[in-house]
Amino acid sequence: MRRAKQVAIHRETGSGKGLPEINRVKIAVRNLDFYYGNKIALIDNNINIAENKVTAIIGPSGCGKSTHLRVYNRIYELYRNQYANGEVFLDGQNILSESQDIIDLRRRVGMIFQKPTPFPMTVFENIAYGLRLHYRLGRAEMELRVEKALRAAALWDEVKDMLDHPGTALSGGQQQRICIARAIAVEPEVLLMDEPTSALDPAATAKIEDLITALKAKYTIVIVTHNMQQAARVSDYTAFFYEGHIVEFDHTDIIFTKPKEKQTQDYITGRFG
Amino acid sequence: MRLRSLKIRKVFDLAIKIIAGVSAGIGIVALFWILISVFRHGFKAINWSFFTSLPTPPGMIGGGLANAIVGTLMITVVATLIGVPVGLMAGTYLSEFGSDSSKLVPAIRFFSNVLMGIPSIIVGVFVYTILVRPTGHFSGYAGAVSLAIIMFPVVARTTEDMLTMVPNSLKEAALALGAPRWKVTLQIVFRAARSGLVTGSLLAVARVSGETAPLLFTALNNPYWVFSLNDPTPNLTVTIFNYAMSPYPDWQQQAWGASLLITIGVLLLFILGRAIVRERRY
Repeated sequence: MRRAKQVAIHRETGSGKGLPEINRVKIAVRNLDFYYGNKIALIDNNINIAENKVTAIIGPSGCGKSTHLRVYNRIYELYRNQYANGEVFLDGQNILSESQDIIDLRRRVGMIFQKPTPFPMTVFENIAYGLRLHYRLGRAEMELRVEKALRAAALWDEVKDMLDHPGTALSGGQQQRICIARAIAVEPEVLLMDEPTSALDPAATAKIEDLITALKAKYTIVIVTHNMQQAARVSDYTAFFYEGHIVEFDHTDIIFTKPKEKQTQDYITGRFG
Repeated sequence: MRLRSLKIRKVFDLAIKIIAGVSAGIGIVALFWILISVFRHGFKAINWSFFTSLPTPPGMIGGGLANAIVGTLMITVVATLIGVPVGLMAGTYLSEFGSDSSKLVPAIRFFSNVLMGIPSIIVGVFVYTILVRPTGHFSGYAGAVSLAIIMFPVVARTTEDMLTMVPNSLKEAALALGAPRWKVTLQIVFRAARSGLVTGSLLAVARVSGETAPLLFTALNNPYWVFSLNDPTPNLTVTIFNYAMSPYPDWQQQAWGASLLITIGVLLLFILGRAIVRERRY
């Protein structure tokens, strides 16, 4: 019964009007508005996020990129006066509905922030913390899972001898990969990345970008970025945001070679923003 | 246009420097004067029996303040056990959860600040009316409660300040990982602010360990061993008050010794607090 309902929603939402054809839709956003108090920040956003692909969100500062991303795991609820209206379907279920369990949602949808946010504990405990929140694990199993997560974040070889060091003692790039390892350790389905490399140097940025490409085999990734080259390099789909609207959403190569909207073209050619 | 005189500016500069320097000097001189006289007089009183014996009547050789030392420790520990947890929780509410109900928070903060400014003797009289009068006798518990009331706003305030300094990004990161709010607060925010919280609590303890007025109305004093905080409890500060005012030189000597002991205790707490702040944060 529930399954049938999900399929129905999927069919209904899977081919949003004017959105590019996507085989397997992981997240479908419909008529999403967002408010900071009385101020509207997102207006009628509609988008489909493809499963196991990288979707980039680009646009000038203040256009609502991060705001949009922060709806996917409802992290905005930490703050008073922030509201979302509309529907966001994760595998066909509206995560904005009252009945959505917030803890379960956040286990399934992980997030990486602009500034690396290692917890004030050791490298090992940083990874183990998330695992403990969601799983009951013995010591041996825990060590195995931590190692696996660190390997998946391409960090194991660099930190395997310093697992008991404080997480904040690592370099910025390593800290960011700790955060990625921490997020993927709990086995999410979606990874949200909010300008994950803007605080990093080019070498560390390159490592994170390689990691993103490697991770999409297992996860659906949505990345907000200021850096258009980065969007072009790592993403399969790109959405261009402007003043709270999704101006254009399409395959990345189309957005960067022959965008349909003039605003998109002006932005990617650097005429504004 | 005439240039302003360079010479006058330099004279002014020098004058202000001297005034500021002298003002700072006066404050420090007072501190060192106190410290030096306390150490000079106090050391003569400190010996083995000072820590091990009961007080003796004036004129009798020997005797000590063992009961008052133990009593002060007991009262302070109980006061800390009441004041610090309540203060911590209040500060946590103000910083972490209070923002959900906007009107209450500024009110609590305001009254907490007012409480911080209330003279401690009034706290003593207050506890006298709510605990000593109804029970009919002075007690160490009443003393501990009055000290806890003085500690509360200090701890609440530093807790709020320390927790507010933890960046929101850290809370968001923990929430995004699926941690419930209470775990974020206890396991991430508290840990990030840990050294500040410990320091705040230590400073609150240091603040009350020299209080006399509230104990005068609550714990009173007692020249015998303390077996229960339910009785009038001996303590160092009221002992100083009584002995220093007495006409007996040996009692006055003991008062100096007790002063030295409290001064060293407070000094140690401050040093400990500073050392914890300087400890590497991670």
